[in-house]
Amino acid sequence: MPIKLPSFRPHKDAHPPDLWTKCPSCSEMLFNKQLDKADRVCPTCGHHFRLSAGARLDSLLDRGSFRELDVGLQSLDPLGFVDQKPYPDRVAAAQMATGLRDAAVRGIGTIEGRPVSICVMDFGFMGGSMGAVVGEKVTRAAEDALADRIPLIIVSASGGARMQEGTLALMQLAKTCAALERLRAARVPYLSIMSDPTTGGVFASYAVLGDVNLAEPNALIGFAGARVTAGTIAQELPSGFQRAEFLFDHGFVDRVVHRRELRHEVALLLRYLAPAEIGTDGSTVEVRPTFDPIGFLSSLADKVVPDASQPEEPVPARASREAADG
Amino acid sequence: MVDRLLGRSREAPPDAPLDAKADVWRRVQLARNLRRPRTLELLGEMAEEIVELHGDRGFGDDAAIVAGFARLDGHRIAFVGQQKGADTEENIRRNFGMPHPEGYRKSMRVMELAERLGLPIVTFVDVPGAHPGPESEERGIADAIARSVGLMSRLRTPIVAVITGEGGSGGALAIAVGDVVIALENAVYSVISPEGCASILWRTADEAATAALAMKMSADDQQALGVVDIVVPEPGEGAHADPVETARRLRPIIVGELERLGRLPTDELVEARYRRYRAMGAYTEVAAPAVVPPPVRGLGDRLRDLLDPTRWSGGNPIPGPSRRDEPPAREEV
Repeated sequence: MPIKLPSFRPHKDAHPPDLWTKCPSCSEMLFNKQLDKADRVCPTCGHHFRLSAGARLDSLLDRGSFRELDVGLQSLDPLGFVDQKPYPDRVAAAQMATGLRDAAVRGIGTIEGRPVSICVMDFGFMGGSMGAVVGEKVTRAAEDALADRIPLIIVSASGGARMQEGTLALMQLAKTCAALERLRAARVPYLSIMSDPTTGGVFASYAVLGDVNLAEPNALIGFAGARVTAGTIAQELPSGFQRAEFLFDHGFVDRVVHRRELRHEVALLLRYLAPAEIGTDGSTVEVRPTFDPIGFLSSLADKVVPDASQPEEPVPARASREAADG
Repeated sequence: MVDRLLGRSREAPPDAPLDAKADVWRRVQLARNLRRPRTLELLGEMAEEIVELHGDRGFGDDAAIVAGFARLDGHRIAFVGQQKGADTEENIRRNFGMPHPEGYRKSMRVMELAERLGLPIVTFVDVPGAHPGPESEERGIADAIARSVGLMSRLRTPIVAVITGEGGSGGALAIAVGDVVIALENAVYSVISPEGCASILWRTADEAATAALAMKMSADDQQALGVVDIVVPEPGEGAHADPVETARRLRPIIVGELERLGRLPTDELVEARYRRYRAMGAYTEVAAPAVVPPPVRGLGDRLRDLLDPTRWSGGNPIPGPSRRDEPPAREEV
């Protein structure tokens, strides 16, 4: 009887899921480490995978500059909501799976040395749904931006309001929009970044209200879910419906930006958006960021070590998308 | 309150006490009743000198939303409300009361005008939801709703919102941000339709009644949650049975609130409205895991970081959670 040696990697499982990811767009098998290195964008077809809140913060902010605030905010169960599972169990399961307390992370950080108040959503936590905690974090981020007169950045990734919190989740639309109105009145800028997906009550509140709206290529962005739409109207949906490019074509997104250029574009915009000090004579004075050694050294290093994935010149979003798709 | 309890017990057969699920479902049906009085019917009963205004000045006029001026007990007001049709023909013209973006933009135009003229605003909410569909998305339904909500949060004039029938999600909230929110007894208010909620969480729309109960969408429950301030009892079997009496009950309450709000200094009024919504949502602040204070980093540390290639590509890959790429929970509106 032949001795069967245990094989280290069974043939059937040549692409174990913890090492490989199949691109849903081009079916290419991607090595996870390389995928992470490429900011989770498929190098073959440019498909943008979803980013966790932590990875998103890493990719946007100056390294080591993020200081998280309101870490301890956690949802209650105001309705005593039970479907297949009680709501608190769902929250607990999501916390275990993601290591987050809710679907948003917020704090203060810098981009090219300019301080920003930032709030980032994580789709992995109950579909990024907005309940009291997400609404509160977005609102507090806006209030901090207002108090410190620094730009507000929100990166959305959400299916919409959280059903399990009922109308109290709906009221988060009012809470966040009201805070953004105050920001606008105080002339503090707000930059909204929509990633895949940004739908429902999140799209119909803070995500759509940016002074500048950026979106990632092919991100699903829309108000009503496809099933709702299909169930209500008996007509075929146009191709590319509710995608970032659709929103761009109809004038609700300023720029569709490839992820590798996102930080660069945000930094570029911040140079214009950073609130101006209003002088006593009514003139405006640009506030320059304080000197930041890390940013300075990083910019030097960028020049010393040319990186093919980091184009020096800002590439127009449309062109870069076509390049990525082609 | 006593009236209402009596009213309810009159409707229930004495030997079959209503269970909670059947009760809330009965209210959903009443809120959707085809003969339920709409904005124009209620105003027609309670106000004089009604003038309707049309058009959003950008695209067109949306018949699903009506807006204009009226005189209520001597008070000049601006009104905005959704208007469902009473029959199929009117419903087609009014798109079953589901507004497109231009409807909300018309509403915003009239509300801004009201602010400039110093007129208080009364809104009537009765909508299954904003119209879902390509035209709506193309013209920016999300943008219209968000801007309307934002506008109402800061308007420097009193706003009384009345939920008269269905308070369907963002399409309702877009005209329901107010200093005081009144609901008719059988009105319902929810973040998503009970059918939508059931089809997502229970995987079948047949559980709509269960979802309606779980979402606590009845006017009483909404009052308990603090979303609704005042619940107005309906006559007999419901508002549709006696629209005149419904308007007669509603009118003194709206007028009373307008007078009360009119006496407040404007700054106080707007601040109180902001606080009303600022306070909504139930969360707790648990002791966070020991927060590592941001280290004061010396130049040496920073240079060491720069030379460490593993920290170059914008941080280390996050294992586990970042691999998730499941289909979006799109219907969670």
